[in-house]
Amino acid sequence: MSDNLGKKNSRLALTLLLVAVAMFGFGYALVPIYDVLCEWKWIERDRPDDIKKVPETAYKVDKNREINVEFMTTLNESTPMEFRAEKKQLKVHPGEYHTVNFYAENKTGKVMLARAIASFSPAVTSSYFEKTQCFCFSEQTFKAKEAKIMPMRFVINPELPEQYKTITLSYTFFDNTERSEKN
Amino acid sequence: MSAVIDEHDHHADDHHDHGPAKGLLRWIVTTNHKDIGTLYLLFALAMFFVGGTMAMVIRAELFEPGLQFVDPAFFNSMTTMHALVMVFGAVMPAFVGLANWQIPLMIGAADMALPRMNNMSFWMLVAGVLLLASTLFMEGGAPNSGWTLYPPIVLQPITVGKALPFAVFSVHLLGISSIMGAINIIATIFNMRAPSMKMMDMPLFVWTWLITAFLLIAVMPVFAGAVTMLLTDKFFHTSFFNAAGGGDPVLYEHIFWFFGHPEVYIMILPTFGVASTIIPIFARKPLFGYASMVWATASIAFLSFIVWAHHMFTVGMPIAGELYFMYATMLIAVPTGVKVFNWTATMWKGAMTFETPMLFSIAFVVLFTMGGFTGLMMSIAPSDFQYHDTYFIVAHFHYTLVPASIFILMAAGYFWLPKWTGHMYNEKIGQLHFWLSAISVNILFFPQHFLGLAGMPRRIPDYAVQFADWNMISSIGGFIFGASQLLFLYIVIDTIRGGTGEKVTGEVWENAAQHSLEWTLPSPVPYHTWTTPPTMVPTEHVLDAH
Repeated sequence: MSDNLGKKNSRLALTLLLVAVAMFGFGYALVPIYDVLCEWKWIERDRPDDIKKVPETAYKVDKNREINVEFMTTLNESTPMEFRAEKKQLKVHPGEYHTVNFYAENKTGKVMLARAIASFSPAVTSSYFEKTQCFCFSEQTFKAKEAKIMPMRFVINPELPEQYKTITLSYTFFDNTERSEKN
Repeated sequence: MSAVIDEHDHHADDHHDHGPAKGLLRWIVTTNHKDIGTLYLLFALAMFFVGGTMAMVIRAELFEPGLQFVDPAFFNSMTTMHALVMVFGAVMPAFVGLANWQIPLMIGAADMALPRMNNMSFWMLVAGVLLLASTLFMEGGAPNSGWTLYPPIVLQPITVGKALPFAVFSVHLLGISSIMGAINIIATIFNMRAPSMKMMDMPLFVWTWLITAFLLIAVMPVFAGAVTMLLTDKFFHTSFFNAAGGGDPVLYEHIFWFFGHPEVYIMILPTFGVASTIIPIFARKPLFGYASMVWATASIAFLSFIVWAHHMFTVGMPIAGELYFMYATMLIAVPTGVKVFNWTATMWKGAMTFETPMLFSIAFVVLFTMGGFTGLMMSIAPSDFQYHDTYFIVAHFHYTLVPASIFILMAAGYFWLPKWTGHMYNEKIGQLHFWLSAISVNILFFPQHFLGLAGMPRRIPDYAVQFADWNMISSIGGFIFGASQLLFLYIVIDTIRGGTGEKVTGEVWENAAQHSLEWTLPSPVPYHTWTTPPTMVPTEHVLDAH
């Protein structure tokens, strides 16, 4: 193989290697790109950062519509807690404020940091579901064996499109103790 | 003729001898493209039987409802490992093996452009697969989340045991191996062609591999990135996919399928190349529409980057997203249709004969088209909600992989083995292998369409009794198919050891030398070939293009 051809081959191989390295970087770049697409609502999702506390606005109550709000409570993996909502469901008029209590108990003898993540079905309803008070806004600290009653106050924005009659709100508690201590 | 040759003779280093080195060490240190091609092909064949054994475990467990032989976690390890072994251990290495053997022969090059790197890619592949296989013997067993390794399930202690980091590093090794292979193939095709061979003279096998190599370089690193994120989420408390830390598991699906969709074309484009090589020779006609074949391959490769979310219609996308991915996916049927029509037109009024390689190729055209049609069915987003994660998708992708990629790999074996070894394979046993495979593959996979439409989910060891009959039929097909492949193993060994004893000519197949360069060489192919580049390039395959 002539030196010339050898050089040509190595140069091409090096260029292609750089492309491969750049594509590895592109894989990571997809993470912020994904965040931006979610922000623009090209992809729908609910994340803790998206569920912001909103100030209490006085809406005109729409007595003609009734929305069935269902509550689900889940524990991630084997999070050692008890967690339930005081009611399974609630019929509400859009524009009307309600408070629902959630009950959570640390079953361990140690301090636990836990985070509740909300998820809506149908996903699009999440932007009409406004919370003025929620245990999901921040990480919760539970002392050993501590039990808490945690209120969640919400209103459904009357601009919610007509076709949605039921909203399912699911909370999952994640045991974040190890993760939070490391960071 | 060229300076290349003179230089070679004077500076000859490790390739100046005229035959292979003696002893076992030859196979470890070799930089000869034919030796490395052989290593890849034999390794792929071995992995085909390993992955096949796992498939037999799956079909045995599903023979009847209820749990018979294995526990559910091991069953899920089998589905996961079967996929990983077949994709990364069998199909991809087999095509790299064919590329190693055939590309230099077909373009008139003395060897691959970077022979030492070639050796390294092969041994890295072996290391990667061994690392993956080692997880089978670990506490907690091999990964059992499915080959897609979706979080959060893949990160949960109950599903991973100790296997996750090993699986991740194995993916890294396999990725590096295939990227190096791809770089080598591109450098060979761009820089090492015989001076008289223009790009649009290249045989389609070379073209399809060139395009596949670019796909590999573009997407394997993305997959490596995705699994690295899994690793740091699990062990270093990052939160790419962890909802509690602000991450999103759906992000993984997007990254994975950005890799995953081009990956399925990495397994099918070289298949198209081999089919386009075999069919014209046995139809005794030039390939119909050479240029359109090249463009169709390039279009499919391009489209593969912009359709990934059709694997995840059910995650909850805005309607605009569902529609976009639906229409973009349907668009792939156009260049694919061009190819199917071209193969059919090549056979039209041809003086066809039906030796084993041609039989496998015809079966490929028919059965791959069926797999393509079920793909079209699933591209329709609203219907996909019913097919998603059922046996329908299992039937679909097995139709595009088994009677397509695997059949064409078999065809390639029958087609080129006489060239490589100088011996003819046993045509009677070859045909028996074909008919057993072609019939049993349909008994195996066709009923899975019915199961899927009836709602049987994939990746489960037990099922409701209404699915019992079709599962039993599918399993029987599976056992026949599995056993038939032993015939192929026998034929390969028998051919290497002398075959029928019939002396084959350099051309092997009638007029093959008019189609492609390798047939102008003697059979068996000498250890060193094209030390002087050929001056004339056969053009039968590109008649339509000029």
